[in-house]
Amino acid sequence: MADIVVKTEDVVKEYRMGSNVLRALDGINIEIERGEYISLMGPSGSGKSTLFNMIGALDTPTEGQVYIDGQNMSQLTQRQIAAFRCHRVGYIFQSYNLLPVRSAHGNVTLPMIFAGLPERARNEKAEELLDMVGLGDRMYHLPDELSGGQRQRVAIARALANDPSIVLADEPTANLDTVIGREIIDLIKSLNEEQGVTIISATHDLKMLDVSDRIVDIRDGLVERVRSRDEIDIEVGEVGGH
Amino acid sequence: MQQRTPIEEQIDLPFLESLRISFQSLKIRFGRSIITTAGITLGIAFLVSVWMNNEIGIALQESGRQSTINTFEETTQKGISTKDIWLIVMSLIVCVVGIANSMLMAVTERFREIGTMKCLGALDGFVVRLFLLESGFQGFSGALIGALIGTLGAVLLGLKDYGLDLFFYFPLFPAQPEDGPRQLGVIVVILLGCFLGMVLAVIGSSFPAWRAAKLPPAEAMRTEV
Ligand SMILES: Nc1ncnc2c1ncn2[C@@H]1O[C@H](COP(=O)(O)OP(=O)(O)O)[C@@H](O)[C@H]1O
Ligand SMILES: [Mg+2]
Repeated sequence: MADIVVKTEDVVKEYRMGSNVLRALDGINIEIERGEYISLMGPSGSGKSTLFNMIGALDTPTEGQVYIDGQNMSQLTQRQIAAFRCHRVGYIFQSYNLLPVRSAHGNVTLPMIFAGLPERARNEKAEELLDMVGLGDRMYHLPDELSGGQRQRVAIARALANDPSIVLADEPTANLDTVIGREIIDLIKSLNEEQGVTIISATHDLKMLDVSDRIVDIRDGLVERVRSRDEIDIEVGEVGGH
Repeated sequence: MQQRTPIEEQIDLPFLESLRISFQSLKIRFGRSIITTAGITLGIAFLVSVWMNNEIGIALQESGRQSTINTFEETTQKGISTKDIWLIVMSLIVCVVGIANSMLMAVTERFREIGTMKCLGALDGFVVRLFLLESGFQGFSGALIGALIGTLGAVLLGLKDYGLDLFFYFPLFPAQPEDGPRQLGVIVVILLGCFLGMVLAVIGSSFPAWRAAKLPPAEAMRTEV
């Protein structure tokens, strides 16, 4: 049947602060198919970013397992995890997380440097990607010299540098105004449609609804419900009808 | 797009690539680098001036000269007095603490960068190496400037105390007089100052860098400074 890229099994994440234990994820089970566009929706503090970090191997679960491409992440060595982050996933963050000391071009080449790509190849690839996101004329600007929308475009180009099969985006439009946010969403959607990249995006931006294949509603560290495309259309229709 | 293939092991970066990345970082962050380096310069300048002053004192006493102004008991004795040792130890402590503090601040404000680099596939060892290179270079250049400033300070003090005699008996090279204390000489003190500055800067930055590199990226990127 379906080709499952990401699978979580009873993922629990607890944060310990002094004697307090905060259960940010309380047993998450989800399966994501290759090529899907999934939105993780939920109010602030519901655990979206925490789940994002678990799926992207940016942190380890307290309990439970995460499988990517059938591979149990907890069994990987440090070097394999670094290679996983380098090759398989592209990350997009709310606050862009560009390296301030590197130009747009330098930010995009860095993952390719880590991947061991020769200089000429990575320069060409970076130019190509920056062209694609519409920053062909801003390549050698530092992040400080770019607008929020432009920075997020650099982040998207950087996320694609090593042809990942998954792009993880954590509230990519939260710091952007509506129009720019829409452009960023459309750009991410086009990667999904044209290159078949699996997109997993945490958001509470309703603009994300109509580009998503499925929406996973998260509340208090639990999956509240999963809605498919069709169900969303009906709801959107209802809302529009009233 | 590689799929289904088992996850490979991350490769090490060639040294030259690390060197390029660290120099670029120093260049772009020039203003901030200067401030960090200034912390090292100050520490070493203080240490070297005290130490050098002592060397000059010994050399001129050795030559039979006495300070024209300074009439402390100790100056008439030969060798390093307890007070001088105390001063040198104090300045050494100030220097160590000052440099460790500069480096700690410089690394802490870059936790987010460290987390980001790890997201892009950096190995922990690479992150540490990057900071080692940056701090080693900052340490050496900062300490060299500091040592020269410290020497200049000691020479000015020496001129005040001994007048132009200072230049006739200037302790440029190491010496071991028959019945006197061993003298390191100006050149050796400068070299030791540079070495010390570099070592302290590298140690001072590699501990926090190692700690940050060990953190899961999610945690490193959370820190707001
Ligand atoms: N590193 C951390 N230490 C302590 N608590 C955390 C940490 N990260 C997240 N939390 C807490 O876990 C809960 C879920 O947070 P998060 O996943 O960031 O939510 P969201 O992204 O949906 O806004 C929140 O209550 C948050 O305060
Ligand atoms: Mg969040």
